[in-house]
Amino acid sequence: MTEPLLDIRDLTMRFGGLVALSGVGLHVSAGEVVALIGPNGAGKTTLFNCVTGIYQPTAGDIFINPPGGPRRRLNGMKTHRITAAGIARTFQNIRLFPEMTVLENVMIGRHCRTRAGVLAAILRDRDTRREEREVVERSYEILERFDLADHVNDLAKNLPYGDQRRLEIARALATEPFLLLLDEPAAGMNPKETDELEGLIRRICDEEKVSVLMIEHDMRIVMSISDRIVVLDYGQKIAEGTAAEIWENPAVIKAYLGEETL
Amino acid sequence: MGPIRRLGHSLVISLWFMFLTFPIMVPKVDTIEKTVQWRWDNLLYVGAGSFFLSLLWRFLLERKERGPFRAAEREQKPDAPTWADRLRGNPRALRSVVVILALAVCIFPFLPFVTTYQVNILTNAILYIMLGLGLNIVVGLAGLLHLGYVAFYAVGAYTYALLYYHFGVGFWTALPLGALLATLFGVLLGFPILRLRGDYLAIVTLGFGEITRLVLENWGEFTFGPSGIAGIPRPGLFGMEMNLHEVTIYIYFLMVGLCLATIFVVRRLQDSRIGRAWVALREDEIACEAMGVDTRMAKLTAFALGSTWAGLAGVVFAAKTTFVNPASFTFLESAMILSIVVLGGMGSIAGVALGALILILTPEYLRAFSEYRMLAFGVIMVLMMVFRPQGIVTGVRRVYTYTRKGQDGKET
Ligand SMILES: Nc1ncnc2c1ncn2[C@@H]1O[C@H](COP(=O)(O)OP(=O)(O)OP(=O)(O)O)[C@@H](O)[C@H]1O
Ligand SMILES: [Mg+2]
Repeated sequence: MTEPLLDIRDLTMRFGGLVALSGVGLHVSAGEVVALIGPNGAGKTTLFNCVTGIYQPTAGDIFINPPGGPRRRLNGMKTHRITAAGIARTFQNIRLFPEMTVLENVMIGRHCRTRAGVLAAILRDRDTRREEREVVERSYEILERFDLADHVNDLAKNLPYGDQRRLEIARALATEPFLLLLDEPAAGMNPKETDELEGLIRRICDEEKVSVLMIEHDMRIVMSISDRIVVLDYGQKIAEGTAAEIWENPAVIKAYLGEETL
Repeated sequence: MGPIRRLGHSLVISLWFMFLTFPIMVPKVDTIEKTVQWRWDNLLYVGAGSFFLSLLWRFLLERKERGPFRAAEREQKPDAPTWADRLRGNPRALRSVVVILALAVCIFPFLPFVTTYQVNILTNAILYIMLGLGLNIVVGLAGLLHLGYVAFYAVGAYTYALLYYHFGVGFWTALPLGALLATLFGVLLGFPILRLRGDYLAIVTLGFGEITRLVLENWGEFTFGPSGIAGIPRPGLFGMEMNLHEVTIYIYFLMVGLCLATIFVVRRLQDSRIGRAWVALREDEIACEAMGVDTRMAKLTAFALGSTWAGLAGVVFAAKTTFVNPASFTFLESAMILSIVVLGGMGSIAGVALGALILILTPEYLRAFSEYRMLAFGVIMVLMMVFRPQGIVTGVRRVYTYTRKGQDGKET
């Protein structure tokens, strides 16, 4: 069997006395959609932040096996290097660049795949112009696929909420990741938008050969889209399996519904 | 608010003003004649003046608050197009404005009524445009509040002064050296502040600016202390002999050239991969880093490139005044340059140019009222902050040239 793309082992994250993650193991294989669920404050976002280098984990290892690349340990790596290595993410509370246009937002995603430096910017030689044109065309193409082509020149802050969520995914995809981390992509969306989002995530996986690790509270989308579900509670992994398995697991029911109902 | 209440409010305010200013405005004690003169008419002026000013103030404030709602009624557009937007949308009008401006700039020093003094203050204003554009990279684009910008200006000026004093280095050699040294200093300052944000960054840069000035003041054997260095030569032109008026005009055109070069470079930077990264950094540092931008590098380049222009401007300053001393590089200078950027509109080249012209030329032409000019300056700044916090010229992002390229992308 091939190595999983993302391989997290015994990940522990402490904030002072608070243990946000303790000994969590998790892996995502090529072509998979894995859902990460759990009650509020379970440590889901903290796990994302550890993987993307925003937090330094207290203990444990995070490895990646990029397709066609060597195995690497992510601990201690800078956030932007992790992105360059092929892991892109979205944020729970949308973090677009509000005063930049929709196109520019996606173009920033291309930053780590382009090279033009200060001198190139001033001289604007042929290579730089070509690179710039490629960035624009590539970004536009991504926006077209995300149904955002009509808003190319709008400021990101003026987009409707659902579009902003999609734009964030588009921006992440522009970095050419092999693994996409989505933090509650359906939050605040209406049922129709959620359905569209589901189709979109499916398409991303199939067409772009990108695997997805997704935090989501909306069980409908979790059930229908994910190959595997991992449940966190109080920083610990309490269950892992397919949708059917998860909902028969007493530990999960307890975590979600509380002690008394048992 | 109803009109009656509005009037009542203004009346109360004017009564307050009359009461508060009564002791200084009304009685005039003549200690020689031992009489007291009651100038009641002054009270009347104060009352009427404050009454109408408060009415006007209130009216403008209300209009401003109503503004966005009216804009919302007009097809959901958050910002109504300003004259600047309209000008941008019309390339022919824009071109003619640029041509007229260029002609005006070229002819100005040769007009019969223009004196050396006037050429000089315009040169000064252009110098500040350059400084503003440099600081604009750091503050307007990268969003790093930099309060010690004047330190790099000083580095440029002292580079020329000291190199001339010790080695007899000329202006044209000192110009790139000053820029280089300032850039180097920018990188040096850049490293310790990479981790800082917002207020902390402002305080550290402020400290850096003051430290530089204090070093210049106290390191006597190197910088000649508070007395400064005099007798720095003005820039030469193939060894030609020029009188004061001619050399002033020469420096003027030199400055125009340098300023155009600055605009050219800053525009290209703005409109590049690096420039976009700076703006993204300003908008959201964490998202920026998570999208693969090396934010440390972006901050360093912003600092370094911002400082470059300060260094260049510093060399020209030294050459123009033929004298440098630490008193020219106080915090007030940093604040002035920052005001230019903020008043003009952060991130906008035209805005910065306009801001520099207003802030540098107004006090010069208000010299007649020299006691009041700082007051007028303050009033202008307060009014700007209340009524147009985004600066005079805004909306630059929308015409960022690659949005046009985006449409090209659609066609191909
Ligand atoms: N930077 C931090 N400093 C201190 N505590 C933190 C920090 N970040 C997260 N925590 C704590 O870690 C715990 C897990 O938070 P996390 O954001 O990962 O939860 P979550 O599972 O994403 O919840 P939600 O579903 O509400 O988004 C919480 O108790 C939170 O308060
Ligand atoms: Mg969360």
